[in-house]
Amino acid sequence: MATTATTDAPETSGAFGAVPSFDVTLRIRRFTPELTGAEAYWEEFTVTAYGTDRLLDALHKVKWDLDGSVTFRRSCAHGVCGSDAMRINGKNRLACKSLLKDLNPDKPITIEPIKGLPVIKDLVVDMDPFFASFREIMPFLITTGNEPTKERLQSSAQRERFDDTTKCILCAACTTSCPVFWTDGQYFGPAAIVNAHRFIFDSRDEGAAQRLEILNDKEGVWRCRTTFNCTEACPRGIEVTKAIAEVKRAMITRAF
Amino acid sequence: MPSAPAGTLYRGREGMWSWVAHRVTGVMIFFFLLVHVLDTSLVRLSPETYNAIIGTYKNPVMGLAEAGLVAAIVFHAYNGIRLILVDFWAKGPKYHRVMLWIVVGLFVVTMAGFLPRHLMHVFGGE
Repeated sequence: MATTATTDAPETSGAFGAVPSFDVTLRIRRFTPELTGAEAYWEEFTVTAYGTDRLLDALHKVKWDLDGSVTFRRSCAHGVCGSDAMRINGKNRLACKSLLKDLNPDKPITIEPIKGLPVIKDLVVDMDPFFASFREIMPFLITTGNEPTKERLQSSAQRERFDDTTKCILCAACTTSCPVFWTDGQYFGPAAIVNAHRFIFDSRDEGAAQRLEILNDKEGVWRCRTTFNCTEACPRGIEVTKAIAEVKRAMITRAF
Repeated sequence: MPSAPAGTLYRGREGMWSWVAHRVTGVMIFFFLLVHVLDTSLVRLSPETYNAIIGTYKNPVMGLAEAGLVAAIVFHAYNGIRLILVDFWAKGPKYHRVMLWIVVGLFVVTMAGFLPRHLMHVFGGE
């Protein structure tokens, strides 16, 4: 009975309507070759966060207040630029789209770099192989003949056909969640196939045959083992595995 | 380019674990086929040796291994149909999780029909 009065005591200034704060521990996979050698290690930081905070806010607190050497990418911080994909509690997520209260802050939150790409420092990975695959599928409009003097018209149904795959922000959360990509870095990966899908099914584009030819490679779409990790990881909710399956089917139907 | 070793296990969901199970059962079936081709080819060399080799399989350890083999084949077969549907049925990716539970259900039903009869043979002495 005597304790009930203190349980509701606000931890913050106590102002009415204040967002409650709590302590959260971040367990970060660190890799600092210039200081500690080629061995990665775990380091824990505890920061005070609020119910409205995202994981990125907690990472900012670590970097700005506790240890400035903690390194991660972020740019827009609002889920549009796709810079801050990382492995949060074992799953690929964007730090800026993950609310701390959804990550169970009672336990330490593990944060690791995305898997399958070479780690440069802490949570920063070398994205070059990822973008090389993206460039290979020619992610631009290919047309023949004279350019029209006005817009290339398209019905809303034709636009709808590839709407899902236009949402990609190239964060690499899908590609680095793929077990095939971890063991075989030559695999194009879900993100490249998603962006190929965006043009293959665009009625204005005429390069579908070339793109299908590229993806018909040994390391192309047929490497996909439909684990659905990519669909699960996509911060934009793109049905990645479905898009890959559509490219597979297009390859078969358009070959005859 | 230096790279750091992997940390924790990736927390994939049903899709990833069904893929792992499919791979594991596939490798098991491969090794069975290897042995199966070898022992069956013996019948051309000498039917007596073939009978002797097959006779050594009649013990409880191999009986349990056979149960494991049937389990692996049953899962691999049903899940294989699911994977074909995921790739070639337009709504496959949408219902992949439902289909996995159907696979698990069919697996349980098939094994429930097979195991009692098989184990009676193995441990019941005919």
